[in-house]
Amino acid sequence: MESLYHIEADSLLHNHISRELALVEELTTINVARIREDFPILKRQVNDKPLVYFDNAATSQKPKVVIDAIDRYYREYNANIHRGIHKLAEEATVAHEEAREKVAKFVNAKRTEEIIFTRNATESLNLVARSWGQANIEKGDKIVLTIMEHHSNIVPWQLLAEEKGAKVEFVKIDKAGELRQDEVHELIDEKTKIVCVSHASNVLGTINPVKEIGRVAHRYGAMFLIDAAQSVPHMEVDVRDIDCDFAAFSGHKMLGPTGIGVLYGKGEQLENMPPFLVGGEMIREVHTTGASWKDLPYKFEAGTPNVSGAIGLGAAVDYLCGIGMRNVHDHEKEITSYALGRMKQVEGVVIYGPMDVTHRVGVISFNLGDIHPHDLASILDEEGIAIRSGHQCAQPLMEFLQVPATSRASLYIYNTKEEVDLFVNALEKARKLFAR
Amino acid sequence: MSSDIYKDIILDYYRNPRNFGDLTDADVRAKDSNPLCGDIIEMQLKIRDGKVDDIRFKGKGCAISQASASMLTELAKGKTLDELKTMGKPDVLELLGIDPGPTRIKCALLGLKVLKLAVYGHLGQAVTEEVKQLV
Repeated sequence: MESLYHIEADSLLHNHISRELALVEELTTINVARIREDFPILKRQVNDKPLVYFDNAATSQKPKVVIDAIDRYYREYNANIHRGIHKLAEEATVAHEEAREKVAKFVNAKRTEEIIFTRNATESLNLVARSWGQANIEKGDKIVLTIMEHHSNIVPWQLLAEEKGAKVEFVKIDKAGELRQDEVHELIDEKTKIVCVSHASNVLGTINPVKEIGRVAHRYGAMFLIDAAQSVPHMEVDVRDIDCDFAAFSGHKMLGPTGIGVLYGKGEQLENMPPFLVGGEMIREVHTTGASWKDLPYKFEAGTPNVSGAIGLGAAVDYLCGIGMRNVHDHEKEITSYALGRMKQVEGVVIYGPMDVTHRVGVISFNLGDIHPHDLASILDEEGIAIRSGHQCAQPLMEFLQVPATSRASLYIYNTKEEVDLFVNALEKARKLFAR
Repeated sequence: MSSDIYKDIILDYYRNPRNFGDLTDADVRAKDSNPLCGDIIEMQLKIRDGKVDDIRFKGKGCAISQASASMLTELAKGKTLDELKTMGKPDVLELLGIDPGPTRIKCALLGLKVLKLAVYGHLGQAVTEEVKQLV
């Protein structure tokens, strides 16, 4: 892929320090104007205003390379994979499996077959709860979650616990919106069989110290799962460094298409787990007396998979690697810091979550005076600005924060400070409208 | 979406809701919420000779839901229960003077649903599917 930075080799050789400093500056910041050119949708007008897309935690926009990769698959080599003995099937199978390799490298999995393709992070979490949970959770066991989990990392565990007579407990947060480490140590004990933690919160933006929490879980022999849906798209995530047993994330939040998600699992765990969905594609042999399963990863991929989705996700991974995840994270830190600073100046704004940008991703939940989040979202929409409003699929957290709902602005690589200014101006407009 | 969704009149009803509060001698009460956004509306009605003699509402939620509920209480006063049963979405849109668009229409219709729940409740009649599907 073509480099996204402007590096002028000549300047390295014969120009003085100021030029070199400028170059260092360019190396550490991404060229947002150039990146925006890659996203056709960003040229759109909404209500006669240029689109300001601040709903990236819900789903990201897609670069042309992703759209083209999907288009090319359907135009040139659409086929069912793994079994067809013909050219198209061969090409489609190769592309599908290359996508798996790209994802495996992206999160630094040890083996490619540790990457299971699912529909989304929710399905990945359900897979672990149904397959591993069914086989391993017993009466009296404990499942430890956190109060900031998305519903998809709560409800599968509640259902499992109900069925098995196990208990679900929640690590709470402090005033800064960070997990209470005392509760991590208090709640995780020898009865704990699995600890499930969001790597980055979809409401507070908090980046949780997953490596440390995982160490505590493993000390008691518990499994450690991370919901990485809000971290993998925005920062370097190394599953081996974190040492998690499972990680779940979605393709559509990381520039890929909808309908493709990922479950990473350590090989030794996945190998010992029973299948999740069963039927086509995942079987080795079926007889009237029973069936046996394929090896990883196919054991967990029943039915014709989302081939175009996987190929699109592979293209998204290539695109993100071209920019570099460190650069992605740095840009988001910078713009989040700018947004937090500007938002604080708006009278009546309350921001939920850490103010320290080294501890958070670009997800900013807030309220503005007593304006209901749905009203605020409607007013911003009139200005062409897309944000999310509501309980953010995290009702237990809303109850804990004692707010019925929040508004949420979530940022990505293509967002600019100018867009933050438009957003803050719209907040001021809403404040004045409701102050009358 | 109309650019004047937050017209003065809606904000006025939101900030200064008419008929807000409780009726101590209400003949019927009804309450419902929109599970998607958590908006809540309660209506309390005093019925005399088959007509709405007095009415109050209470609630929490966005400006659209609260303003439309307040406007509905004014419209309902003096109307017969049969008249209320025939009221529908067009009546609410006429009150608001705007179409809030597909993403917000349920906010606007919550008050109507609760009013109808109260009417059917008072008459001891089963709530129709049409009413159930308002929100």
